[in-house]
Amino acid sequence: MNKLASRNNITCPFCGLVCDDLSTSLINEKLEVTANGCSLSKLAFAQLSSVNASDLRPRVSGKPVGDNELGHAIAEAAGLLRGSAQPLFSGLMTDVSGMRAITSLADRCGAILDHPNSAALTRNLSVLQNSGWITTTFSEVKNRADLIVLVGTDAVTRFPRFFERLVWNKDHLFSEELKREIVYLGDIKNTQPGVAPNGRQPLVIPCNQEKLGEIMGALRCIATGKHIEATEIAGVSIQVLEKLISKLSNARYGVIVWAVADLDFPHAELTIQSLCELVKYLNKTTRTCGLPLGGNDSDLTANQVTTWQIGFSLPVSLANGRPSYDPHHFTTTSLLAQGAVDTLLWVSSYQAQRTPPATKIPSIVLGCAGMQFENEPDVFIPVATPGLDHSGHIFRSDTVVALPLRQLRTNSLPAVAHVIGALQKLL
Amino acid sequence: MLIKLVGGKVYDPANNENGVIRDIFVQDGCIVSRPHDHSRIDETYDLNGKIVMAGAIDLHTHIGGGKVNIARAMLPEDHRQDILERSNLTRSCCGRAAPSTLATGYRYTEMGYTACFEPAVLPINARQAHMEMGDTPIVDKGGYALLGNDDFFLRMMAANEDQQLINDYVAWTLHAAKCIGIKVVNPGGISAFKFNQRKLDVDEEHSYYRLTPRQILKTLTRALHDLGVPHPLHVHASNLGVPGSDDSTLITMGAAEGLPIHITHIQFHSYGTEGDYKFSSGAARIAEAINKNSNVSVDVGQIMFGQTVTASGDNMSQHRNAHHANPKKWVVMDIECDAGCGVVPFKYRDKNFVNALQWAIGLEIFLLVQDPWRIFLTTDHPNGAPFTSYPHLIKLLMDKSFRKSVLSTIHADAIKMTTLGSIEREYSLYEIAIMTRAAPAKILGLSGHGHIGVGANADIVVYHTNDDPEIMFAKPLYVFKRGELVAKDGAIVKITLGDIHIVKPEFDGAIEKRLRAYFERYHTVNLDNFKISDDELSECGNGSRMTIHPCNKRPS
Ligand SMILES: [Zn+2]
Repeated sequence: MNKLASRNNITCPFCGLVCDDLSTSLINEKLEVTANGCSLSKLAFAQLSSVNASDLRPRVSGKPVGDNELGHAIAEAAGLLRGSAQPLFSGLMTDVSGMRAITSLADRCGAILDHPNSAALTRNLSVLQNSGWITTTFSEVKNRADLIVLVGTDAVTRFPRFFERLVWNKDHLFSEELKREIVYLGDIKNTQPGVAPNGRQPLVIPCNQEKLGEIMGALRCIATGKHIEATEIAGVSIQVLEKLISKLSNARYGVIVWAVADLDFPHAELTIQSLCELVKYLNKTTRTCGLPLGGNDSDLTANQVTTWQIGFSLPVSLANGRPSYDPHHFTTTSLLAQGAVDTLLWVSSYQAQRTPPATKIPSIVLGCAGMQFENEPDVFIPVATPGLDHSGHIFRSDTVVALPLRQLRTNSLPAVAHVIGALQKLL
Repeated sequence: MLIKLVGGKVYDPANNENGVIRDIFVQDGCIVSRPHDHSRIDETYDLNGKIVMAGAIDLHTHIGGGKVNIARAMLPEDHRQDILERSNLTRSCCGRAAPSTLATGYRYTEMGYTACFEPAVLPINARQAHMEMGDTPIVDKGGYALLGNDDFFLRMMAANEDQQLINDYVAWTLHAAKCIGIKVVNPGGISAFKFNQRKLDVDEEHSYYRLTPRQILKTLTRALHDLGVPHPLHVHASNLGVPGSDDSTLITMGAAEGLPIHITHIQFHSYGTEGDYKFSSGAARIAEAINKNSNVSVDVGQIMFGQTVTASGDNMSQHRNAHHANPKKWVVMDIECDAGCGVVPFKYRDKNFVNALQWAIGLEIFLLVQDPWRIFLTTDHPNGAPFTSYPHLIKLLMDKSFRKSVLSTIHADAIKMTTLGSIEREYSLYEIAIMTRAAPAKILGLSGHGHIGVGANADIVVYHTNDDPEIMFAKPLYVFKRGELVAKDGAIVKITLGDIHIVKPEFDGAIEKRLRAYFERYHTVNLDNFKISDDELSECGNGSRMTIHPCNKRPS
């Protein structure tokens, strides 16, 4: 039924950049990215194209249901939720309409809602909730930034087209030629993308990721004119840090980039907070903004919908008909470890490898077709991928832009919103 | 289904009814004329001794979109003060300063509001705003798209482009963002902040485009007038919160050159520089100017004492005021060469001189402006206070002895700096009905709202008579939305989905070719993904019905 089709200006949901300029083709039921693809999008499109017909069937207790028996699988899932005293809805890798359905069902079931990236989300949110920040968005960076400092991230491992789309663009609104300077700070994997098209090398300041907090503290001291006794901090000489502060102070529009997923060490939120306070301080005289990179696995989409509908961000509990927010106790890992939940509903509609954590409690999985499990869930319902199998919406890293996802092929996979909606009708 | 509301005392200023005792008939969601005597009445409500008004309309309330969601994420401690438990009908969520969309819909409805307008829709963020409005149950919604700090517009103006082309761009934006009006926030100032300017007076030049706010105001008021958009330019003026802003507000009024202009949360822009604190009330001058200039309408943006959060597109002002943050946290954002935002929690204290005087200034303006058709009741939710404080605000306006008793408790130096204690005016129920129903419907071009004449939407509120307006307005006996009973005694009894209100002025589509080239070079989204189609609006709005209000294009 799938016919040959070539499409332009396709939106890619596989990282927080949410590029909307891809070209794709559909040949013999295989979707392929033919232009503007990155390593992540090409891989994801290829994986989602190589599913067998048998992968499209829901399974109950490991047994495939018959033709047109999706309803049977949904009824089994409803039975598990009906018998649950405290369900956990996690994964949440879906689009806006999927999240809308999930929050409604969670309300009905008194579930706890969590995303597997919530520990990272919480690192940023705790800074927002304790002191706040000054940030900017992609088009501002693209047109305005003359200095880009990447702290603890190469950007490209998680957001492959970062430099291509936002940094080495030819056209800028506010100057004919923008002399863009790149600085890397931290334990950075790949600094090659920071080399300008004209060969200009980035300034690389290596240090251990866990030491970035100390470096940020020292930078703040230097910025505020406080004297530092030491000659080096975390292996970085004070002169280098002074040079960095001078660059930031003299930049017309400096941008300090961090990717919270790359700042994964104890109390990394304090490093982020220190970075954000440095940005705030610099704005007393010049313009500097933070640029938080995130949004992979649709974590920001899940969080946006949860926050606007419920008020609290993820992870949030709706147990006993009352929302409560406790980001350290309501994570999937800790709830499962403590035995605090008795049923797991896992939603993962973008990537087959995002499988649920190992657990002995009854589990329902709404996952990509072809998802492989170490322990078969009680109910597995293969679901459609937003942006391939149906239209939808997803939020970009900056949480300002929600982009439409388009349907590129037809198949029998149901959307998450459809399955969850049908499930809720049975409760 | 024919419903009869019997014998209520009707306050319907659009139809000149001031406390008229009459019956109302409702069929298929609309108000109909008295049917034939033999018609079967399906439901009858005895409203003897009750007060009846149209559903209230809030024409300026920050209920959805990026900055509101930042405020929500920022304030878990505030949400914990106001948890809404789930019921058989309503979902669990949180309220207070930055309520969730669900709480917003429930709480507005319980208070008898049936339409709310989000005043700061960034075109690049419009999709989110519509999603949030779509998740705000029961009430009707609409938004004003922000222009006047976006590079494309400023560039056109700097190049002295024809007004006609600018009009096309304004109309294109209304179509793309699916809004009912246009708002400008700190004209040029949000953009200037990105170029490191820290203030921009009405006649001061933007350092890059070499344009003044006055020129921007003149061009945008003209555009809306030419396009025949019912709602005039909605203006958040320059110099918010600055002592001396009363001057720039008066200049801003003049920049419209006689064309209609709506100045929003004018309380925050009515400060003088007199007295020991170099902070004084400009209310008398401002009110005098409003009284004299019939092209000007305003909403007040009253502050109330207590904890709230300010969420504004005006990142220049929010950054300037960030040191007042309470609790000490704040967010400022530059956004997409299009706009900006700032979120700063605030605690207004009656024993703080400035806060106390702000409170008095807002009330002075309410009471000194003579024409209730041109002044609207707002707290600029949540910037001055959460919208749930409206019943208290109405009491302050209607009951001078109550007002004076509260006045006597505020900072002593502020009492000396306000004329509030000598103002004897008390708003009547009829005037409250004008400023919260008839007038906002009129200024937004909503023909089916704000009145209960034949043909109107059956958005009807029934109040118990009570000497205390705060009690009366907090919990209406009945709230009907499109003829359906949605709240009773201040509690939700039915969940419905309101409409989304937009305008689609005519324009020359050639402008899109230029925009397409511009987007391809400079933006980070595709032009087609910037625009929201009718179908997509419905999807974002959870299936909300779209109501398109007519524009009467004028030859320019
Ligand atoms: Zn406002």
